[in-house]
Amino acid sequence: MSAEPRLLEVRKNILKQNDVVARMLRERFRGQGTFVVSLVSSPGAGKTAFLERTLTLLHPHYRVAALVGDLATENDAVRLARSQAPVKQITTGTLCHLEAAMVDHALAGWDIGELDFLFIENVGNLVCPSSYDLGENLRLVLLSVTEGEDKPLKYPTIFNSADVAVITKMDLAEVVEFDEESMKANIQAVRPGMRHFTVSAKTGAGLPEYLQFLTARLAELTQKTSV
Amino acid sequence: MHELSIAMSIVELAQEEAERRDVTVDAVHLELGPLSGVVADALLFSYEMACNGTRLEGSRLVIKQIPIEVFCPACKTQKILSSMQWFCCPECGTPTSEIIHGKELLVTALEVRDECRTAPLGSA
Repeated sequence: MSAEPRLLEVRKNILKQNDVVARMLRERFRGQGTFVVSLVSSPGAGKTAFLERTLTLLHPHYRVAALVGDLATENDAVRLARSQAPVKQITTGTLCHLEAAMVDHALAGWDIGELDFLFIENVGNLVCPSSYDLGENLRLVLLSVTEGEDKPLKYPTIFNSADVAVITKMDLAEVVEFDEESMKANIQAVRPGMRHFTVSAKTGAGLPEYLQFLTARLAELTQKTSV
Repeated sequence: MHELSIAMSIVELAQEEAERRDVTVDAVHLELGPLSGVVADALLFSYEMACNGTRLEGSRLVIKQIPIEVFCPACKTQKILSSMQWFCCPECGTPTSEIIHGKELLVTALEVRDECRTAPLGSA
């Protein structure tokens, strides 16, 4: 019997499994009134310092917690724990990004309903995390003033998977002759309409505006949930 | 480099289909958009490795690259972008982030043959 080749139509999304878990997480977060923010950036853009400041400033007024992804160490979790907020490390081993199932797994034992904000710090990487939905409400892409104004043009995919850009290390802007207008134009070129904040975790500049934005988004979410 | 884990998911998906339908897979057809965050070359390289030792060993991965298509709010039509560094209508220049295509990472079809029974006639 000779077997004739034929074409079998399939049409299946490769990341369906991740998307299913992400959707389940998103519904769970919404049901519990928890606003979930994820952070992506290249290594060294200042995610941990920025998140530490965020947690420290929000902690007295809101119930906050963080998950932090790292390839090998628990250093970031130790740093973030100084904010007094609950922090859990997800060690990814050789994996260059977080997946929804890892978030789900890390949340076991936590009462999400007890939280107003959950932050998820992804592994430092501007490529791979763009493919994976984590069930977050808001994805921040961080880029520091030392990285060059054309970073958005080099990584348009991650900018298109994120909602808001945060320009970090503004305290160094003058030293490195950072051109904010050029960075803004490049962000708008790859993602028209994208909102951005300029901050310095060191001096605290720009953080009030960003925190105001977050708390307004939380209010929107809880309003929707209670309707 | 997350292409290897993506390649493994593709092989897993194709294997399940092959088992369910009792067929041999010659090729897997994939639609890939530039905004999926997956690089075609790295995926092709990883695919061969992911196939090793599975029933898909020796099969091909056929990638159809899907261009980025956006909706232009001024022209009120879909337009194909020429550059992913410039999310503007190629005709009127209006900025737009309404993406219609370009995020695809989709197995569309399998080239298959019915499983050959090598046992000689009458031996069953």
